[in-house]
Amino acid sequence: MTSSRDTVFASVRRALGVTSQEAPRRQEADGRLAGHPRGLVPARAQLPAAARLALFKDMVVAAAASIDHLPSADDVPGAVASYLRGRNLPPTILRGGDARLAALPWHREPNLDVWIGPSDGRQLAGLSHAFAGVAESGTLVMLSGPDNPSTLNLLPDHHLVVLDAADVAGDYESVWTRIRERFGPGVMPRTVNWITGPSRSADIEQTLLLGAHGPRSLHVLLVGGA
Amino acid sequence: MSVEITSPRFKDNAKRALADGPLQAALSKVGPGFIGKRTAAADKLPEFDALRDSARDIKDHTLAHLDLYLERFEEKVKAAGGHVHFAVDAADARDIVTKICRDLGARTVTKGKSMISEEIGLNDHLSAAGIEPVETDLGEYLIQIRGEAPSHIIAPAIHLNKEQVEEDFRRVHTHLAPERNLSEPTALLAEARGELRQKFLVADVGITGANFLVAETGTSIIVTNEGNGDLTQTLPKAHIVLASLEKLVPTLEDVSQLLRVLARSATGQEMSVYTTFSTGPRRPGDPDGPGEYHVVILDNGRSGMLGGPLKEMLRCIRCGACMNHCPVYHAVGGHAYGWVYPGPMGSVLTPALIGIEKGANLPNASTFCGRCEEVCPVRIPLPKLMRHWREKEFERHLTPAPQRYGLAVWGFFARRGWLYRPATGLAMTLLSVLGRKKGRFAALPLAGGWTGHRDFPAPEGGTFQAQWRAQRAARNTRHANRDAKKDARP
Repeated sequence: MTSSRDTVFASVRRALGVTSQEAPRRQEADGRLAGHPRGLVPARAQLPAAARLALFKDMVVAAAASIDHLPSADDVPGAVASYLRGRNLPPTILRGGDARLAALPWHREPNLDVWIGPSDGRQLAGLSHAFAGVAESGTLVMLSGPDNPSTLNLLPDHHLVVLDAADVAGDYESVWTRIRERFGPGVMPRTVNWITGPSRSADIEQTLLLGAHGPRSLHVLLVGGA
Repeated sequence: MSVEITSPRFKDNAKRALADGPLQAALSKVGPGFIGKRTAAADKLPEFDALRDSARDIKDHTLAHLDLYLERFEEKVKAAGGHVHFAVDAADARDIVTKICRDLGARTVTKGKSMISEEIGLNDHLSAAGIEPVETDLGEYLIQIRGEAPSHIIAPAIHLNKEQVEEDFRRVHTHLAPERNLSEPTALLAEARGELRQKFLVADVGITGANFLVAETGTSIIVTNEGNGDLTQTLPKAHIVLASLEKLVPTLEDVSQLLRVLARSATGQEMSVYTTFSTGPRRPGDPDGPGEYHVVILDNGRSGMLGGPLKEMLRCIRCGACMNHCPVYHAVGGHAYGWVYPGPMGSVLTPALIGIEKGANLPNASTFCGRCEEVCPVRIPLPKLMRHWREKEFERHLTPAPQRYGLAVWGFFARRGWLYRPATGLAMTLLSVLGRKKGRFAALPLAGGWTGHRDFPAPEGGTFQAQWRAQRAARNTRHANRDAKKDARP
């Protein structure tokens, strides 16, 4: 019996008039997969460091997120506490096991309850560490894994994200380069989340409303590089 | 929602839509909203048009090497611990999904927005198998509780107003306090969020579509603004991705090019809120994520388009810009098109997927104004492809009889110039004399379809051919005079 797989491949090959064995076609496809050429990268994605950081901050705000630019990572616990206070939220936050988050001086905020683990939907605020930021669109790049559970990106009402200024790239392509360096060619973490602003929907009469299913607020804690 | 095809009744559907007050009110917002946002986003990026060329080229390259990229995609998904299933047609795809759900003992399934799911009529099939499907995109949820089909590929409930949504919520969410205030969209959104949050947390399987599949890494990508697709795929035991063949792209760099034009063309955003790249199931040590990962790759007639005159349609990335800019879509909305894909892209794709016999009306539902092609992020020549279908329709004798006879009569004269010129000249003179007073006709015999909705202008001069001849004669005289002058120079 012919499998559906064989039927689909046969029909694709018939339509293209190929056998899949043609060496030049294979070379071209393999070459593209191995070389992953960059296409057109917009000028705004190729700015020098200071302008890139400024663009990133602008684009984050344009996407309806908020941002604090902190001199050092040591300022993160204080900024988290002050964010929660400013919005009348309980002084509790859930974070992943990320070593960079674990190393922060949480003892400076004795009133802040810091929990570790994935979210089950009952937490109001979650804290993650981004792998990268992308200046051209104000996008955060989050990788799943033991350190930064994906549920933290999605379930809490308020998502706070720590991002090292040195990890702000101009374009998406530079982030893929870093991911290949980290995981090897052709390998990805289970989930890469690009996040550009808080959750929203315009499905009712095209009125744009924030907080559809994911976080109602997204707050970036940009560290260093000032 | 069942996929009952009403495309053959397009004309009746359109008449009903034109007379539907609330629908017309909803449709009046489509153009102003989407068009302005897309233009603003495109204007902010000087490279936008060059990126559209790049997007087109990537899609063409992929389609020309589709067999090879499909092989690599399958290999990479397997290497990441996932499964790839190929489906020849809709029935095949439904069976594959149902079997995965049954094997897991699934009772409820949450769903991210997927046009493929609509195309294969998955929800009815799951319900019949005793598995409850829950749509989680707000627009899809709204139409699911109304038992309707989507009327737009990215804004499925664009035909509804908030009063209708309130009515539906009161009808369906009977466990909530009847006196609650739902007059504002924010209250409606909050209620949907609360209801669906529960569904996310208890679902056994999550089904999403895919905006793209990446061959290099075996990755599926969804693009959403709500975050529903992410919750759908992260929380349950298994994640099933429904994708059609042509969603494939070679590399992460390639998909980055396409993502730069997708959101700008669709909603005018620089980037959608959530762009999620999923590769295989949960890894050892991961605290969350699905235990199984399946990708169902659907053909359903697409491979047949690859080598033929419709292959450019397979570049489509489903942004919706063509319908957002279409005067016919603005007038009749998406349901009139009678199946899953409305607007210009639907007018080309639907006949290819359900047959020209059923879809013949759709390529005719166009003014050929060309705005769809102008805004298409992958530069699909939609008018040309609709014209292809019109020719097929004529060849297969599917055109209505009066139109065929009319064209036959015109053809008889047009092939006989000695008869055509005096006949059209006579008609022109007659019309200009009769219409001289008002300059237009409010009614004309045999042209009721035109004059029923607008006046027919009275001709003001001779026929086109007569004017052409006169102009050419004048030009020849001018040239002759000039040449005569040149010759006269010493």
